[in-house]
Amino acid sequence: MTTALPRADVAPVASAKRRRRAPGWLAVVPLLVFTAIAFGLPALAILDGAFTAKDQTTGATSYTGANLTSSLQGPYLTALVGSVKLSAISAGLGALLGLPLAQAVVSSRSRALREAVLTASGVLANFGGVPLAFAFVATLGNAGVLTVHLGLTDKGWDLYSFWGLVLVYLYFLIPLMVLTITPALDGLRVQWREAALNNGATGVQYWRHVALPVLAPSLLGGLVLLFGSAFAAYATAAAMVGSAVPLVTLQIADALSGNVLVGQENVALALSLDMVLVAGLVMAVYLPLQRRSARWLDA
Amino acid sequence: MARRLTPWRWAVLGLAALYFLVPLAASVVFTVDVPGQGVTFDAYTQILSTDGFTSSLLLSLELAVATIAVVLLLMVPAVVALRLGAPRLRPVVEVVCSLPLVVPPIAFVAGIVTVLKWGPDHLSRTPLFQTFVAIQNPSFPVVLVLAYVVMALPFVYRALDAGLRAIDVRTLVEAARSCGASWPQALVRAVLPNLRGALLNAAFLTLALVLGEFTVARLLGFQPFAVWIYNVGGSQAQMSVAVSVLSLLVTWALLLALAGAGGRTQTASSRG
Repeated sequence: MTTALPRADVAPVASAKRRRRAPGWLAVVPLLVFTAIAFGLPALAILDGAFTAKDQTTGATSYTGANLTSSLQGPYLTALVGSVKLSAISAGLGALLGLPLAQAVVSSRSRALREAVLTASGVLANFGGVPLAFAFVATLGNAGVLTVHLGLTDKGWDLYSFWGLVLVYLYFLIPLMVLTITPALDGLRVQWREAALNNGATGVQYWRHVALPVLAPSLLGGLVLLFGSAFAAYATAAAMVGSAVPLVTLQIADALSGNVLVGQENVALALSLDMVLVAGLVMAVYLPLQRRSARWLDA
Repeated sequence: MARRLTPWRWAVLGLAALYFLVPLAASVVFTVDVPGQGVTFDAYTQILSTDGFTSSLLLSLELAVATIAVVLLLMVPAVVALRLGAPRLRPVVEVVCSLPLVVPPIAFVAGIVTVLKWGPDHLSRTPLFQTFVAIQNPSFPVVLVLAYVVMALPFVYRALDAGLRAIDVRTLVEAARSCGASWPQALVRAVLPNLRGALLNAAFLTLALVLGEFTVARLLGFQPFAVWIYNVGGSQAQMSVAVSVLSLLVTWALLLALAGAGGRTQTASSRG
């Protein structure tokens, strides 16, 4: 940012002004350069690799859409659909169960309960991954405490299945929903409820015609956030089911490490691109909704 | 009205408590009550002497410290500058910091693996190749720090932005400057103390992210803490669950410590 200033401008006032402006640009530059390298390069690699085919014998590369096509066929398509289904169902259940919990906490007016639940939610929403999987294996796995003591295996229970994964995912999705929806529930005015009740509405009618419409953007936003979170989850599934349930994250990991077939790296990148597209769609829905619900909270 | 809701509320809270506490309690039982051996605390006493525990935990902590340092060094000047001198860059930074949300970790690591392969494939005769080798040094994989900083950007940006919204940065800096402080002094001694809660928040989120991170580390072939737990799980089920329980307790303690240290600032700012 060295500008060729006329000598007269290097007066105290001008230099103070220049000093204020110069850090403004300079302070942001390292961040932009860093993300361009650490994030931009891998992102470009995904994009480039997803459209590149490498001839195994000659080593020559050419641009093609074949990777993307094969990433939407056969076992890969099954995995993608499985991931979307699992994420949609667990996000839906998470939102459905998280809302009453958040409402119970908000309406209790007990500060201690509220602090405790919100702190616990903060911890549990981050308690994904390997430890979560192992905690559930110890509880409901084949040799798990509850499985053994209640004889659940005879009743057809299997943790290493689609619904087992849903049950485990809810463990971090419900707290995430509580964290997301609590500010919106706080924004519901007591006066609105009182006004509705004074006009002869029942509690159910208040929820249907007043509260839920106001909450709708936040609810939908939370739902989308939960979906994205479940969709991207890999560690929990990898530590729990291995590859018993077809999921796109597991497929990418397998293809990358060459577990199934050699030379599937480019299909892995195409699958990654599929995931980025789905996640991008999720964010495109989420961000405007978040802005819309923020309007109610500020009002 | 409130009284009529009470039983419903207690039912919801009770069911939630059951769902969230039973796996934890059962995990503890699982580690302590070993079939055929009765009640034993071996799973906990053996942790320290098990191969790889100390080294993987240390690696995770080192990675966490490096990531927190880098992400704060990059982000704090940038977000303060956005408030003071470069508001027009704000949308750019916002988009840049949201982009990692669009790329799931598994896709991100697929990209990183590809980039790292360029090293041997194309760059083996250039000085850059040495850089590629150096950042993959197993005793301290810099490449993981780079990846974690990117993954932490959205959370850190949000935490810092919320903290800055609560204080009047311009007035603080101008006051400090007119009292004769230099720019770095104004930033370090006037702005940063007021951002204590936000900085702690950002640091904690990053710490939790790095300590629990599994996807990127495993697929790049390194063994920090989460990957170690996973590897141990194959052979020593009891101990892997014991470590999982302990790691949850540690996270909990850290969060409570954070609430204690930053709580006053946060309530003050939310009222202000």
